[in-house]
Amino acid sequence: MLETGLIIRALMRNKIGALLIALQIALTMTIIVNAIFMIQDRQSQMLRVSGVDEENTFYLTNTIFGQDYNIQAALQTDLNTLRKMPGVVDAIQINAIPLSGGGWSSGVQTEAGEDKDSIGTAIYMVDDHAINTLGLELIAGENFSATDIQWRKSGQSTWPDKVIVTKALALSLFPDDWQSALGKTVFISQNQTIQIIGILKQLQAPWNGWDGVERSMLVPFQMESKGSRLFIRTEPGKRDQLMPLVEKTLAENDKGRIIGRLRSMEETRERSYQRHNATNKILTTVVITLTIITGFGIVGLAIFSINRRTKQIGTRRALGATRWQIMRYFMVENLLISVVGILIGCVGAVSLNMWLVKTFNLAPINIELILFGVTTLLIVGQLAVLYPARKASLISPATATRTV
Amino acid sequence: MFTYYLRLAWISIIRHWGLSLVMICAIGLGIGAAMTTITVNYLMSANPIPHKSEQLFFVQLDSWDVNEPFDEGVNPPDQLTYTDSTNLMKANKAFRQNVQAQAYGVIEPDDSDLLPINVSARANSADFFTMFDVPFIYGSAWSQQSDIAKEQVIVLSKKINDQIFGGEDSVGKTIKFDNNIFKIIGVIDHWQPKPRFYDITTGAFNESEDVFVPFSLIAEEKVRRSGNTNCWKPSGDGMAAFLAGECIWTQFWVELKSEQEKQDYMTFLNAYVEEQKQYGRFERPLNNRLSNVMQWLENQEVVADDARMMMAMSLMFLTVCLLNTIGLLLAKFLGKAPEIGLRQALGASKATLFSQYMIESACIGFAGGLLGLGLSFLGLIGIENLYGDYMQGLATLDITMMTFAIVLALVCTVIAGIYPTWRACNISPAQQLKSQ
Repeated sequence: MLETGLIIRALMRNKIGALLIALQIALTMTIIVNAIFMIQDRQSQMLRVSGVDEENTFYLTNTIFGQDYNIQAALQTDLNTLRKMPGVVDAIQINAIPLSGGGWSSGVQTEAGEDKDSIGTAIYMVDDHAINTLGLELIAGENFSATDIQWRKSGQSTWPDKVIVTKALALSLFPDDWQSALGKTVFISQNQTIQIIGILKQLQAPWNGWDGVERSMLVPFQMESKGSRLFIRTEPGKRDQLMPLVEKTLAENDKGRIIGRLRSMEETRERSYQRHNATNKILTTVVITLTIITGFGIVGLAIFSINRRTKQIGTRRALGATRWQIMRYFMVENLLISVVGILIGCVGAVSLNMWLVKTFNLAPINIELILFGVTTLLIVGQLAVLYPARKASLISPATATRTV
Repeated sequence: MFTYYLRLAWISIIRHWGLSLVMICAIGLGIGAAMTTITVNYLMSANPIPHKSEQLFFVQLDSWDVNEPFDEGVNPPDQLTYTDSTNLMKANKAFRQNVQAQAYGVIEPDDSDLLPINVSARANSADFFTMFDVPFIYGSAWSQQSDIAKEQVIVLSKKINDQIFGGEDSVGKTIKFDNNIFKIIGVIDHWQPKPRFYDITTGAFNESEDVFVPFSLIAEEKVRRSGNTNCWKPSGDGMAAFLAGECIWTQFWVELKSEQEKQDYMTFLNAYVEEQKQYGRFERPLNNRLSNVMQWLENQEVVADDARMMMAMSLMFLTVCLLNTIGLLLAKFLGKAPEIGLRQALGASKATLFSQYMIESACIGFAGGLLGLGLSFLGLIGIENLYGDYMQGLATLDITMMTFAIVLALVCTVIAGIYPTWRACNISPAQQLKSQ
């Protein structure tokens, strides 16, 4: 690299031009590293599984308006009809849907009393078919039995005495050993006792942005309420054909209510993460366009500086420089500018990340990403300068003898 | 002279069309990205009721748990208990006041051909309509008397009136809402404040309700409430116990016409809380709040983090595009050194040269601005498709924003052009002429 010193001296004659590209590279680096970081953060959230058999499940709302309506009997009829339908694996009534954004939560604590710490958990009111219908995995203890299920009046404040919790909730309640939670009695509504009879591997809460999203609890309640949801699991591949059939059957069986808002769990997941998805697509577009713009900026400036130096390049060629040496000159020049830009960019990326951490509670960035940004920009810079440098190398030595 | 410079600029842009294209594209993309995100932020933070946003106040009282503050002590609870909002309503100390909650129900049309429909409802007081300037097509709001007498009256949205009555004047007719007969007292025109400031807790950009009914009917169990309910203390069984409990689920707005009235109302609120303390309630320190519309929207962070982050990103993006433009303009103008030298030798003053090259920069800026405007249209359509309901109707460019886009592009490129132009004007003519 004999000519490095020479290149630097030449660059110093046009400081501002070089500095502008360096700054542009620095800002690009700052932005793309942080954008990719945000994309990864969202992607990892979207990859979390809900614990539910999302492919084969859907749900609907059941709004009762008829007068003198026997809610208990009607629910039993509905569930019996659904469970007997060909293609349906199982069905339950449920108060909230995982990932849907709307649901119930409550505090559970290991010691009774108003001033004791409690841990928030999502509440799913279901019967003994829940594990089968949702497609959950019970890793310890047992399911509810049919006799455990109680009717819950609207506005009722007491709880049944048995519950099934997720491993995450068990771990929050008993941090030393989640398995020890099995059979333990804990407290809900500050002082009502409930006993943990089973532990689930996983079941997410309705709120994907909540830090306790893995904490859920199944409560053996059937709700005597005029508005409720029915959740249905079908045999693999039969969901789409069964959805309209279920709606029609239920609606025709009983005219005292409205069956509506049919939605598959897959659609729920899509809606739940719609904003994540949208933001990711936008950020990806930003990363790509920005890289292209920076690339084109480098190309444009290189072409211009080469045009201005046509005569000098011709002279160098006439004095015996090879084509490769001419190309190398411009590539090394770009490398020097890129390195300065990338160094500033590293500082920028970390500062922007610090600001994001402070303002939006994001996690701090990792070193791999910064290295990735460094490599990408070096490659982009070299690729961008390749075409102009090749053009420069094709300048004929005869140019030196001509006046412009 | 101006048109002559425009022509010169045109010739120069065409001659270096590749370079000019890169500059125009860069500015276009930068402006497009910036305008897309600025528009979303601008619409999210828009004042939904400009002429009286300073007179409408959202009331907050700290009725929360003495052991564990609401929102980690940052803000008092975002809603009121039923007890407090009905007490404040009865006290009637403000110029206008409204207690409200979200509700829902089923309408069964008399016409048996029509299927029953699920509707979203708002349970509110008579003053709601005048306070928030709700436009009526037929009839009017119900009276305060109807609130007190718990009359079964209903105001329909245009959508529901069209659906059930085919858009006719339905005032005076009755309708079956959740098995009860309600008398239609008014029909409102399409009304969709953005943000939907009167109830942020159930979504700042949700649609406004299908029907409106008196709040007092909730206690009668004739209207089913929905929306967020937050309790720190367990309440007993049944509706009466729930209403008397420490659950927050109502919102209370007042209209106050002057600073003096606001201060008086604050004094009244503080006195009310002090009085309630005697009944063993409000164990936390005094922390009442009156926020006007814009303060309330800001407090509830209606402008999403995503949108703010995206705007920060796109402004940096624009900066990159401008740096790009400065670099390219510099290269271009310095490349013209011989020409500039010649013109100076022929007597052109620096001021002439300066204005000529500034006009050339501005032309590129204008073209970039137009491109950017087109791109922001596409960008906004993209955002609307990507975000779905959440951004529905937020993605529109009005005249202000369009002008802003062009001005932003012009200003940015002119600023970007200053340094290259200044360098170009300071070229020494003698040296340029000599080298030729």
